[in-house]
Amino acid sequence: MKSKKIIKDNIEKRDFASGGEVSSKLKSKLRKLGINNKDIRRCSIITYELEMNLIIHSEGGILKASVSSEVITIESKDKGPGIADIEKALKPGYSTATDEIREMGFGAGMGLNNVKKFSDDLEVDSKVDEYTKVKAIVKL
Amino acid sequence: MVLKDLCEELDLEILNEADLSREVSGCYIGDLLSNVMANAQKDQLWLTIQGHQNTIAVSLLAEVSAVIVVEDSEVDQKSIKRAEEKGVNLLKSELTAYELAKRLSDLGV
Repeated sequence: MKSKKIIKDNIEKRDFASGGEVSSKLKSKLRKLGINNKDIRRCSIITYELEMNLIIHSEGGILKASVSSEVITIESKDKGPGIADIEKALKPGYSTATDEIREMGFGAGMGLNNVKKFSDDLEVDSKVDEYTKVKAIVKL
Repeated sequence: MVLKDLCEELDLEILNEADLSREVSGCYIGDLLSNVMANAQKDQLWLTIQGHQNTIAVSLLAEVSAVIVVEDSEVDQKSIKRAEEKGVNLLKSELTAYELAKRLSDLGV
């Protein structure tokens, strides 16, 4: 199945001002491709959460998305603290965010859980103090 | 009901007017952005105390008809500017989310 890359963007750490830019861009691209609204919504939510995770937790990274006739694949890859216990991190309510981040309405431990909830398949790979890679699949 | 009529009925302060002729359908209340992303529906009003730039990003992605910052919470200038750039209706009220939601319900929203 031929897959076409539609997004590849760098995300800077703590760049809250740009939070949501990549998901907005992805959304308009998917709309132009004629993807249905329900799947566009799922992709927007996943991309937004991954984008904010990179801004909040990582030292910076890359967000990519590609589309084929059957699936949309959204991937993030960052340099950063990594995740010590991936199973725990996927549970709702688990968070390592600071109070300052929480006051802004983030860090409630719902981010990765949302990614899981709105994707059909999810892979998380991480090494502490090195990287985190997330690959979310949305089936069309 | 359209936003323009709501602004008058509820005495809402208009921080940014993008399109007040937009029809409103229901309301979502929340301050945790992940929950808002996951649960707010298109054309709903979003009531929150969050008045920063990411509020605008979430409004845009969730396609809410407007965001109403409640309890007279502070809205920073960057957010207003962002709302202008992105075309998001940004409103403000002195009421709490509960008081406002009650009034919205009375108005048939």
